[in-house]
Amino acid sequence: MDLTLLMYLIPSLIMFGCGVYGFITRKNMIAMLISLELMLNSADINFVVFNRYLFPAQHEGMFFTLFAIAIAAAETAVAIAIIINVYRIAKNVDINKITKMKF
Amino acid sequence: MPLSSTIYVLAIPLFMFLFLGLVGVKMPRKITGVIGVLGMAVTTVLAYAIAFTYFFGDGQGQMMDGVRQQIVTTDWTWLSFYADKLIVRLGVLLDPISAMMLVVISTVSFMVHLYSLGYMSDHDGNPEKGFQRYYADLALFTFSMLGLVVSTNIFQMFIFFEMVGVSSYLLIGFYYGQQPANHASKKAFIVTRLADLFFLIGILILSFYTETFDFKEMMGANGHDVCNAFTSAQGLTFMGCSVTGWALTFIFIGGAGKSAMYPLHIWLPDAMEGPTPVSALIHAATMVVAGVFLVARMFPLYVLEQGAMDIICVVGAFTAFYAAAVACTQSDIKRALAFSTISQIAFMMTSLAVSSAQGQLIGGHEAGLGYMASMFHLFTHAMFKALLFLCAGAIIHAVHSNENSKMHGLHKYMPITSIAFLIGCLAIAGIPPFAGFFSKDEILVACYEKGIGWGLWMSMVAGMTAFYMFRIYYLIFFWKKHEVHGEHAPKDQPWTMTVPLIVLALISCVAGFAPFGNLVTWDGAQLETHMNWPIAGASVGIALIGIGLATVMYWKENPLPDKLATMFRGLWTASYKRFYMDELYQFITHKIIFQGISKPIAWFDRTIIDGFFNLLGNVTNNASWGIRKMQSGNVQGYVSYYIIGAVLLAAVTGVVILCF
Repeated sequence: MDLTLLMYLIPSLIMFGCGVYGFITRKNMIAMLISLELMLNSADINFVVFNRYLFPAQHEGMFFTLFAIAIAAAETAVAIAIIINVYRIAKNVDINKITKMKF
Repeated sequence: MPLSSTIYVLAIPLFMFLFLGLVGVKMPRKITGVIGVLGMAVTTVLAYAIAFTYFFGDGQGQMMDGVRQQIVTTDWTWLSFYADKLIVRLGVLLDPISAMMLVVISTVSFMVHLYSLGYMSDHDGNPEKGFQRYYADLALFTFSMLGLVVSTNIFQMFIFFEMVGVSSYLLIGFYYGQQPANHASKKAFIVTRLADLFFLIGILILSFYTETFDFKEMMGANGHDVCNAFTSAQGLTFMGCSVTGWALTFIFIGGAGKSAMYPLHIWLPDAMEGPTPVSALIHAATMVVAGVFLVARMFPLYVLEQGAMDIICVVGAFTAFYAAAVACTQSDIKRALAFSTISQIAFMMTSLAVSSAQGQLIGGHEAGLGYMASMFHLFTHAMFKALLFLCAGAIIHAVHSNENSKMHGLHKYMPITSIAFLIGCLAIAGIPPFAGFFSKDEILVACYEKGIGWGLWMSMVAGMTAFYMFRIYYLIFFWKKHEVHGEHAPKDQPWTMTVPLIVLALISCVAGFAPFGNLVTWDGAQLETHMNWPIAGASVGIALIGIGLATVMYWKENPLPDKLATMFRGLWTASYKRFYMDELYQFITHKIIFQGISKPIAWFDRTIIDGFFNLLGNVTNNASWGIRKMQSGNVQGYVSYYIIGAVLLAAVTGVVILCF
């Protein structure tokens, strides 16, 4: 059975949906960060797959994915740092209790 | 003296204004006054030299074939908008009337400068507060007035018209700490500005059709056939009258505002709140004749438009009578003199309007007689009216009141002032050989030539003039013994104030013998004048009757004036209240314009216009207040909105792509 484009895209979409759902529903910031990574990785899969199936002669999609993985690693570190700082101030990481970002 | 040095006559007062205005504050007051007087003395000498060269010199193109020419000695392009079509120039134009006006303005201005040294000081000779400002403003006025008379084009004239208005405003409001002075200065400025609006409209209409601002071109120079353009524009009508008639009438309204013609005269009596020398200079001798001068300048066009001339004639004749009737009952001597000024200016206006210029002989006189008589009267009137005002100033300075009830019997205390005042009165009443006789006689002759009715009317006004002037004279200097108020009795003033009186009195005695027919005519050609003995005799007779009546009523204290006032109570009160003109204006402005027009407009502005913008603001404000709850601080809430928005956007985009 040949693998088609759609066979990659559907899991990627499910992954993305899980990520969105997790990002909205989870109350723990660490869990939200994990959901965020899920969304990011689903997008990476899309890059690779589109590159592989639509423009096999080129490699921009691949490289862009590698680049995104590196950035995501850095971004995770920043996010963890932020969460730790939030924890130091608020003594918890429950997103419902951290509501300073308003008018 | 080269005529091109006329520009220095203007430059010196302008320099004095800047110098005294900027540096004068740092200097001792007395010095600034002396500097002002010296500057004016130089200006006067220069102006005399130029006028003399213009009238009697030759070799500079003054005279050609026995006709005095208009000479442009300085000519700058100030604004050039549209190739050759719209050019505004500034320059100096010398012709008989501007040369004559140079003499009038500089003489009176110099006398007033000198006189003010004494008048603007207290009895110990200490100049009062604002002395430097006073002299700076006087210099500004002198500059503007000189600039007005030498204007080469009507636009330059308009600029200087405004400038004399400003300097008049500054000087009327010199005692700005006093409420009446403030009101008077505002009134003068607003009324004349209103008139100047019409002036500007008139200029625009006229220059649109004649395609020139230039006075010389209006006289037909440079092959510019203004008369032709003018005559063809006369065919165009607006509301039943020709456009040129409208233009010239509007320009006359501008002049009427400055010259205090009825019904725009209301500012002039109030302007007497200013210092008396200022009244003498601005509101008697020079600025108020700017309107007459304007009509005289535009005379070549006015003669082509009989309708406008008729309007001027009627307005002038009525104003002369009205102002004379009011002057008969005023108790404030300055106000009485102010109404006398209005009446005399109306004489000049009427005289201009009855004049014609076709060049044919009417009744043994040439047709331009009215023009010549008007300018002659302007000249003599400036001298004797300045004299009368300066006398009034000396009296006011001595008794500290404008009311004649505080004076009476001053002849014994102030003999020089009394004699000078008497000369002024004789001159204005038209008794030979004083100046007013000659000029007024020419005016009356011109009026009789226009029609016997005009002549009789003006003769009657001339008789009233004699009556009210001598009424003022007797009430100030005779009537009864003077009751001394305060510490010291009034006396003749210091030499700075008496010398101008004596000089002006001498001029008033001899100015009538000036050969005006040879000097000042509308087209520069010589005008033969003859003494018209029947009319001259009759006018002297009428003047003598007026004087006699005044002598009977006011020479010695007697109950006759009171009895007459009681007998004609209504008439007397109406005249004393100036026939309720101020009340009428008050009613029109406050009750009709403010209530009927300004209030609805203000309502519209506040409710509709402001309301609309308030509505915009309130809607935005309320809407943002309503949706501000969405910003809860809950990050997951924000993400939800974002996702909903993104999905909706994607859906809309998809639908759009699919459908189109």
